[in-house]
Amino acid sequence: MLTLTNDMMRSIIMDHYSNPMNKHQPTSDKFEQIHMHSDNCIDDLNIFLLIENGIVTDACFDGVACTISTASTDIMCDLLKGKKIDEAKNIIKQYDNMIHEQPFDEEVLDEAIVFINTSKQAARIRCATIGWNAADAILKGK
Amino acid sequence: MYDIKKIREQFPMLNGKKMQGHPLVYLDNASTTFKPQCVIDATVKYYSEETANHHRGDYDLLYNMDQKVQKARQTVAHFVNSDAKEVVFTSGDTMSLNLIALSYGFQFLKKGDEIILSENEHASDLLPWYEVSHLTGAVIKFIPLDEEGRLTVDNLKKIISNKTKVISVAHVSNVLGNVVDIKAFAKVAHENGAILVVDGAQSVPHMKIDFKDADIDFLTFSGHKMCGPTGIGCLIGKYELLEKMWPYFVGGGMNVSFNKDIEMVPYEPPMRFEAGTQNIAGILGLKAAIEFIESIGVENIHVHDRELCEYALSKLEKCDDVIIYNKNAKNGIITFNKKGVFAQDEATLLNSKGIAIRSGQHCAKILNDFLGIPATCRMSTYLYTTKEDIDAFVDAVINGGDILDAYFN
Repeated sequence: MLTLTNDMMRSIIMDHYSNPMNKHQPTSDKFEQIHMHSDNCIDDLNIFLLIENGIVTDACFDGVACTISTASTDIMCDLLKGKKIDEAKNIIKQYDNMIHEQPFDEEVLDEAIVFINTSKQAARIRCATIGWNAADAILKGK
Repeated sequence: MYDIKKIREQFPMLNGKKMQGHPLVYLDNASTTFKPQCVIDATVKYYSEETANHHRGDYDLLYNMDQKVQKARQTVAHFVNSDAKEVVFTSGDTMSLNLIALSYGFQFLKKGDEIILSENEHASDLLPWYEVSHLTGAVIKFIPLDEEGRLTVDNLKKIISNKTKVISVAHVSNVLGNVVDIKAFAKVAHENGAILVVDGAQSVPHMKIDFKDADIDFLTFSGHKMCGPTGIGCLIGKYELLEKMWPYFVGGGMNVSFNKDIEMVPYEPPMRFEAGTQNIAGILGLKAAIEFIESIGVENIHVHDRELCEYALSKLEKCDDVIIYNKNAKNGIITFNKKGVFAQDEATLLNSKGIAIRSGQHCAKILNDFLGIPATCRMSTYLYTTKEDIDAFVDAVINGGDILDAYFN
């Protein structure tokens, strides 16, 4: 489990916002894709997952997005890569619980824990979950 | 001018309300406005002391209410200088524009006719005309904006033709705050055989409008942007046009007769456009709101907005990190971005300091193509906004830190 100070959490978010490693077009046409746009932010994202033999082997996204949605989606992509579908679904479930101030399993969230304060800015909950909801929708189709 | 302290005392939302632990600084008045006690009282009184339907009836309570609704119509008419019979109550600006599009546009436009709109427009003034275009085959053209995003008579003249039947524009842009010369637009429209529809959502609450003098054909606005209740607004239309328009929104209270031959005879305007029981509490609240505004003087509100904007701009312009998109509008709306900061992030930061502004595309999605940016922040003033509100806003924009302060402080 990560023990992070506020400053560390800030720098993790800023790093994933300024330099989102997973923000790019998919590398093949085998990726499954969902387009999401937010009705209370102008976030407008495409989420791409590559699922092979029951495992999320790659994840990326592109589009227009604010700090919170960019960083949270980028972190999510890191987390989902290499996970079995059920594991990936559980990570998303635990993240959703954290965002909505429900009991959650910190162990599986890793860096995504930096969004634990989102409920303080309730108007941004949608931004912190937009990429995750998209990935969830793709996985639920499985 | 007026005593702003005494004015603010009349607004429950301005008396001690906090947001994120800070005194509330409300600068989203282009979106909606707070209500003075007199407006709240007028709506509550309807429910607690005066409840009755309007229209036809045989008992005192109802008769008195019908009289009050007609009086409210006169209050609106006096406020915008129209005749009372030219005032149609609607649920708001959006319904008013839809009503015009349906009852005028759908009825009178045909394939090849032209509708002129602008890139400035709010969805409520674009999308009803898109529907008319789809249903009739009429063509939509956009007035090019000048370099500051303004609509000019010269640019209107460049695209108007003898095929143009309708011009529909916002009097004041909800994003850039620029004012259109509606009297000059009406003249050009009429010279070319077209009508002019003016979306007054952002102008009627803030400046004196003379429907007759401007010679515009339709004017629309919402009550909630001028201290009135939500769910009430008006369509003001020249009577000779309203008379020609068929009501497509039909039901009780709008017809003289109907029979089994599938025939219906509507009332004369404005009643033919008011099917069903109206938002009576809203109508009474709107009347109270207009009386409240008239007691201050809408011209004084205009001056107040301008002074506050000039004050804010004089401070913001000193900061190199702030980009202003409408320096010359000075009309109660400042549209801006902080360099390198996503608009929503700036708005979240201000929220954490108790300051309410709007970020995004402000329902004017085409305008962002003109500005070349995905989103902007917008702050907007009203009659109760103070210099202290502006100081708090400017300080937060210039010295406020970044969005993650909102998360971690």
